[in-house]
Amino acid sequence: MYQTTYHRASSLEDAAKLHAGGDDPKFVAGGMTLIPAMKTRLSAPSDLIDLRHIDGMKGIRISGQQVEIGALTTHADLAQSKELEKACHSLHYMANHVGDPLVRHLGTMGGCVANNDPAQDYPAALLALDATIITTSREMKADDFFTGLFETALEEGEIVKAVRFTAPDQCGYEKFRNPASRYAMTGVFVAKGAGGVRVAVTGAGDNGVYRETEMEEKLAANFSADALEGVTVSPSNMMSDIHASAEYRANLVVVMAKRAVAKAAGH
Amino acid sequence: MSDVSMVVNGRKVTGNVEDRTLLVQYLRENLGLTGTHVGCDTSQCGACVVHLDGKAIKSCSILAVQASGSEVTTIEGLAPDADLHPMQAAFKEHHGLQCGFCTPGMIMTAVDMVRRHPGGLDEKTVRNDLEGNICRCTGYHNIVKSVLAGAEAMSGKTETKAA
Amino acid sequence: MGIEGIGARVARKEDKRFITGAGRYVDDMVVPGMKHAAFVRSPHAHAQIKGIDVEAARAMPGVIDVLVGKQIKADGIGNLICGWMVHSKDGSPMKMGAWSPLAVDRVRYVGDAVAIVVAETKGQARDAAEAVEVDYAELDAVTEAPAALEGGAPQLHPEAEGNLIFDWGLGDEAATDTALASAAHTVELEIVNNRLVPNAMEPRAALGHYNKAEDHYTCWTTSQNPHVARLVMSAFYNVAPENKLRVIAPDVGGGFGSKIYIYPEEIVCLWASKKTGVPVKWVADRTESFLTDAHGRDHHTKVKMGFDADHRIVGLKVDTIANLGAYMSLFSSATPTYLYATLLSGQYDIPAIYGNVRAVYTNTAPVDAYRGAGRPEATYVLERTMETAARQLGVSPAELRRKNFVKSFPHQTPVIMNYDTGDFAASLDAALKEADYAGFEKRREEAKGRGKLRGIGMSCYIEACGIAPSAAVGSLGAGVGLWESAEVRVNAVGTIEVLTGSHSHGQGHETTFAQLVSQRLGVGIDTINIVHGDTDKVQMGMGTYGSRSGAVGMSAIVKALDKVEAKAKKIAAHLMEADEGDIVIENGELKVAGTDKTVPWFQLALAAYTAHNLPQGMEPGLKETAFYDPTNFTFPAGCYICEVEIDPDTGRTEIVQFVAADDFGNIINPMIVEGQVHGGVAQGIGQALLEGTRYDETTGQLITASFMDYTMPRADDLPSFRISTQTTPCPGNPLGIKGCGEAGAIGSPPAVINAITDAIGTNELTMPATPQKVWAALRSATRH
Repeated sequence: MYQTTYHRASSLEDAAKLHAGGDDPKFVAGGMTLIPAMKTRLSAPSDLIDLRHIDGMKGIRISGQQVEIGALTTHADLAQSKELEKACHSLHYMANHVGDPLVRHLGTMGGCVANNDPAQDYPAALLALDATIITTSREMKADDFFTGLFETALEEGEIVKAVRFTAPDQCGYEKFRNPASRYAMTGVFVAKGAGGVRVAVTGAGDNGVYRETEMEEKLAANFSADALEGVTVSPSNMMSDIHASAEYRANLVVVMAKRAVAKAAGH
Repeated sequence: MSDVSMVVNGRKVTGNVEDRTLLVQYLRENLGLTGTHVGCDTSQCGACVVHLDGKAIKSCSILAVQASGSEVTTIEGLAPDADLHPMQAAFKEHHGLQCGFCTPGMIMTAVDMVRRHPGGLDEKTVRNDLEGNICRCTGYHNIVKSVLAGAEAMSGKTETKAA
Repeated sequence: MGIEGIGARVARKEDKRFITGAGRYVDDMVVPGMKHAAFVRSPHAHAQIKGIDVEAARAMPGVIDVLVGKQIKADGIGNLICGWMVHSKDGSPMKMGAWSPLAVDRVRYVGDAVAIVVAETKGQARDAAEAVEVDYAELDAVTEAPAALEGGAPQLHPEAEGNLIFDWGLGDEAATDTALASAAHTVELEIVNNRLVPNAMEPRAALGHYNKAEDHYTCWTTSQNPHVARLVMSAFYNVAPENKLRVIAPDVGGGFGSKIYIYPEEIVCLWASKKTGVPVKWVADRTESFLTDAHGRDHHTKVKMGFDADHRIVGLKVDTIANLGAYMSLFSSATPTYLYATLLSGQYDIPAIYGNVRAVYTNTAPVDAYRGAGRPEATYVLERTMETAARQLGVSPAELRRKNFVKSFPHQTPVIMNYDTGDFAASLDAALKEADYAGFEKRREEAKGRGKLRGIGMSCYIEACGIAPSAAVGSLGAGVGLWESAEVRVNAVGTIEVLTGSHSHGQGHETTFAQLVSQRLGVGIDTINIVHGDTDKVQMGMGTYGSRSGAVGMSAIVKALDKVEAKAKKIAAHLMEADEGDIVIENGELKVAGTDKTVPWFQLALAAYTAHNLPQGMEPGLKETAFYDPTNFTFPAGCYICEVEIDPDTGRTEIVQFVAADDFGNIINPMIVEGQVHGGVAQGIGQALLEGTRYDETTGQLITASFMDYTMPRADDLPSFRISTQTTPCPGNPLGIKGCGEAGAIGSPPAVINAITDAIGTNELTMPATPQKVWAALRSATRH
């Protein structure tokens, strides 16, 4: 790791001030992606601004169908929440399968959202749930927020405070893990709610998380795995690496989607 | 450089370290607690697992300054009032270790696993929840056995006999 | 058997320190004044070094010195060597290229060490290592062995034309060709044995300390054989004479072969300590381990097996290209030759065998012995071929094997080995029963109903371990003898220390060796200490690898115990005024048989050391040393059966059952032996399903250089194993031990692949059988 200067922010205002004063600063929450990247010298922020101790950004608030999750809520918090399980069992399931139990104790919803790793699980959930990302300066729909590989609409110094969504009527998540890293090699989240059916895919697309609109249309007409029979996904926009070719990923998108729908239907 | 202060194995410690110092480095190099190991660079192997404020985390993935103000328990502090913690005893009784390098992390993870599953453990749960710990010697067979036995012992249902 | 003697499931003595965090590995060692090293490593697979500028690095905070290859050469430190001479078929010696501990003018693989930075902290050393400016002129690289043999391939060493190190043969080629030509059926396969990274969980490390006042060096290192390290560093690398060099291998966190070899880093740390005047510690990070630990396997093989009309094997011909990487590691030449082709007869009576092996340089990490070393490669070739033959002949894989088993012993194979004993049918039958082989088709049908493809596969392996008779290996080119040593010290108060040349890196020697002494002397294991891993404490020994610590290491202890007992009996007879022949040792006492006269051990020991009343002319004291040289290899063998279920939509394989039935000869501690099987099988399943080392074929970059890309077996990848043992005691050593450390890794890969190919109905599948590959194989099988 290169040298860095650590700051513990006491409030969002304090965090913004520290950020403005830094050369090449970065915010850190759980640090489960950033610290490993710094260890291997792939990331070298001059200043590390720790958000973990800011009050009021942690917790799950559910009122009626509305679910709001504070950015500093850890995967373990989500995984243990009976209320979340009731409101959105697939997000609860997802939280139980992000990283490993040790990572889940530190890693946060906000950190994952802001990092938008193409193999991260949450972007698929938020996109499928048509979630709103609440930042220090605005609110954005997931469709507008996730813009590419490790890219989001966040401006310099802007911090994710929370995410909000309406609990779906039905939902399902299935992922196929990279055998080595255990990140999602393909993960598909399907959600059926008042606004229709949304299908979001992580781990597979070459521009990060994206929606499978053809599947959405078919499922809107018939929300069952059978509706996806015969649907194919083109490998042309899929990532390709030693673990999974574009063709293989394209296949996995269909398989995982069918299973996610079956799961949703069976819940 | 930053001042750090934390409670490690029940003892208050303070120090002044480079900000880039990982918690595991601080424990090993500054405090001499070498039971916590480093087996990879990518936060996957779990040889470095300690308890931070009561929860198992990877001490290679958090800076010492981030952990300042917290309570840390390492393998050396797992059984403050006994010769061995029941989970340690179970690993010995069931041959849950060979070279011993991954063992402290395995045991710290296992104790946390029992905490997270108050309803008890089965083989599938143990295998799934060991995702963040890699062992190259045992094929996990006897680790799984040890964790199940250790969990039983912690619940007071059975006594492990090794000491 | 006593509760702590031979055959007892004794909980390990060494565990307490490991489970409480009190184990002491090299990285835990601290010496006053110690500083930290980082190596500057080649980012290129192949390049000329045109210049190295260390000035900027030297000026960095905390830097004590930066040292380069020209300096180590100027100081007379020698090149690394391969210690086993192999001759080509034409009689010419193997072509060994120069391997400088720090590259001087050329780098040959990504990770090749170029310079060392010594600094106050590890972080500072790494910062400065990045500031060392090396001017490289890149050269073309080649990573695959068959490609390296092609005309026009990049050339690695001037000594080895065409990158060919040797072209070696074993067996009778003409007889084999004749047999194959007249065979009623032949089976041909092309087989790749995938390159593996050993990945002991403790990364390699070295702490070098030169004491100027004493002109003496100490090296703490992660070694399976510290005496061999001292010998090689003294005799060949000119680091220091043996009496000026102490090598200590404290607790070692796994090795699997990768910690046998002497690597550049320990040599450089010792030298750098002298140059800088400070103790120098280096600890590999995991990516350095991936880049520079000796890798394993990496064979390309063509095999042809012939059967007569009655399905008896008439001949076997094997042509293998072995990738040895960029330099010849310490035993790299022996692994694909004398540890490989000598096992090509397997469990079968094969009248004619010929094996040809070409060893090749490539721009990759050096390749050497990894758990099993040559024997997994041989077993994979044979057992894939046998299963394929059974399918092609339309007969039961189990019965085809049974028909061809060697059934009487001793059995001389056409490829050097003389099998001393075994009962292959016993292990086969045990495995068939445990696996419910007969009931498989029912399970296949049931799985089909759930949309899963279920398959079953087996493997009958034999290996040669208990390595090895010194004169025999000497005649085959080994630069060392492979005996073992032991010293048994009975202290004046009757407690016992055993100094052994074996060195545990997880195998539990402190317990099993103590069990042997406990059995012989009738004393508790808590009064017995095993001392190992320190050349200043322990007499010369050869270390732990090749499943040799039981068969060879413990045999040396037996010999030393024989001598101790003989002397003790003399003293006891003298003290009790009895005949020496009437003295028996039981329950910690020396007794006169048939009487109530006894002398307890502690009293006898005290008598030996006070020497007030010893037989006329007897030397005081009670401690004996022995060197044991085995008379033959030992031959563990067994049968493994794997059952899998495959998800045809994703290609994911689940191992639903794994049965191992092994004959290890006599067993000291069944619990520890089971643990060795579990670990070995896990590594074998890892090879078959998960682990694949990938270099970019153009750039020579290691793509799988961390656990993010190299799939290590995790708990949820594996089932619990169903294992049993069948016993034919080894006639070649006093304890009847065959050895158990490598069997699991040797026998399991073909069982797994045979099961998967059975499930998917196509034989076109290479290891590791990742979901992607299995999915692709299924797809192309349905297309055809």
